[in-house]
Amino acid sequence: MTTISGFMTDDHRACDGLYAEAEAAVARDAWDDAAARCAAFARALERHFTWEEETLFPAFEARTGMTEGPTVMMRMEHAEMRDLAAAMQAAIEARAQDEFFGAGETLVVLMQQHNMKEEQILYPLIDRSLGGEADDFLARLASPA
Amino acid sequence: MPIRFFLTAPFFLFATALVVGFRGEELYASRFSPAALAATHLVTLGFMAMTMLGAMSQILPVLAGVPLPRPRLVAALVHAPMTVGTAALASGFLWSAPLLLKAGAVLLGFAFGVFLTAVAIGLARAPTRAATGAGLALAAISLAVTVALGLDLGAMRGWGLPLSNLAARDLHPAWGLLGWTGLLVAVVGFHVVPMFQMTPAYPPAMQRWLAPAVFALLAAWSVVRWRDPSHDMSVWLSGVLAAVWLVFALTTLALQAKRRRTRADATLLLWRLGMASAAVALACWVASALGVGDGLEVAVGILALVGFAVSVIAGMLHKIVPFLAWFHLRAALPAGRRVPHMGLLLPDAPQRRFARVQFAAVLLLLAAASAPAWIAPFAAAALGLAAALLAWNLVTALRAFRRAQQA
Repeated sequence: MTTISGFMTDDHRACDGLYAEAEAAVARDAWDDAAARCAAFARALERHFTWEEETLFPAFEARTGMTEGPTVMMRMEHAEMRDLAAAMQAAIEARAQDEFFGAGETLVVLMQQHNMKEEQILYPLIDRSLGGEADDFLARLASPA
Repeated sequence: MPIRFFLTAPFFLFATALVVGFRGEELYASRFSPAALAATHLVTLGFMAMTMLGAMSQILPVLAGVPLPRPRLVAALVHAPMTVGTAALASGFLWSAPLLLKAGAVLLGFAFGVFLTAVAIGLARAPTRAATGAGLALAAISLAVTVALGLDLGAMRGWGLPLSNLAARDLHPAWGLLGWTGLLVAVVGFHVVPMFQMTPAYPPAMQRWLAPAVFALLAAWSVVRWRDPSHDMSVWLSGVLAAVWLVFALTTLALQAKRRRTRADATLLLWRLGMASAAVALACWVASALGVGDGLEVAVGILALVGFAVSVIAGMLHKIVPFLAWFHLRAALPAGRRVPHMGLLLPDAPQRRFARVQFAAVLLLLAAASAPAWIAPFAAAALGLAAALLAWNLVTALRAFRRAQQA
């Protein structure tokens, strides 16, 4: 059986892979390729955030009453990651390699410790409160909004 | 809060270099020489324990899901006695001054006592009993064993009491390195290596069983050594223990070879240096347990402490410090203000410079074993330069942080 945490964790790894491809393209000075790959990464990141912010977090908050809990911090970090992804895209447009690596490294560290908190703490809580309807939620996430 | 621990550490590395420089011949003669004891404790307490204790206030919340209780109070009660106690203990060794050794033992016993109590309270409250929490607990217990054995040895040197067992001289470093340091690096490494370098995950069986296996082997080895140091079992058990750690080191290198991020940054280079040093140190340790190769003990110390621990820890500091600086700026600056990213807080080039000098220092320290009178001064210069570059890099990140805060 697929769990919500399993599905979302897999998506974290998929986003990691897209980031690594963008970074490798910048390292090769393949700027057009880098722009395409970085855009793909930013889209995947945005889709993941939307799943959480518009579907999973509200359902979790409604079910548990934890509106001041971990989801608040997660939403703040999403905003920071959006800013950093935008800075990476701007760096590619400006052909500024060091600027890309600096913003990218910051995004990676923030994203990884964010993912770890979700995977270790928040997703297990979500599985516990919404797990009974996991299939229903996963179907909603998979359908194009 | 952990910053004061991180900033203190390079000074003790620099002090280690001074001991290598001024008392090099004596240091290389025996691991029990006053200079060698001073140098090892400057590295293990002043650099390794200093950073590891400081990092625990970050590690516990992220890996075990619990805060360290009263972090400000704990940091205050641990940092000052650690700093003064390490300086006293090392001076006590260097100048054979029992009063300083006593002061060091008391202060360090207090600092570790406070720290271990806080960690025990934190871990007892951990919501999940996952492998990570168990690994951290076994690391902390190993530290407690190391400290207890250290106090036993301290009672002999400082107070002139008879040593409870000669084996304590071997068990103390083994629990400190193969237990506490190794387990903490492994438990953290299981997470940070795949996360930050985007490698495949460590095998689940290793993540689950490495810490309990190492702990059980160390305990069995210790019991054998305590009762009969010349027993064959002791050599066998040390061989198995070394093999387990060797598998971890080689697995780490293999995973890093498969990483999805293709850029090799300074942290990756330092981890590679660290794992390669660990592998060679383990081989030398087993060889010396088998009685093959004379005088390998000093090489084990250099590889395990400077080659492995200092490299890996410095590699992590080069990520942790700029990230924490960025993280605090993000929270402190009003929304809409541009926050300088990690690359602006601590650029790539000085990080690589440190990694190169650190590599040279490890090689020179090893080479000095063959001709201490000639080479030790150069090794000391390289180690001192590495310490200075590390301090400079950390201060660079902090100054960039303050500038951004005030701008």
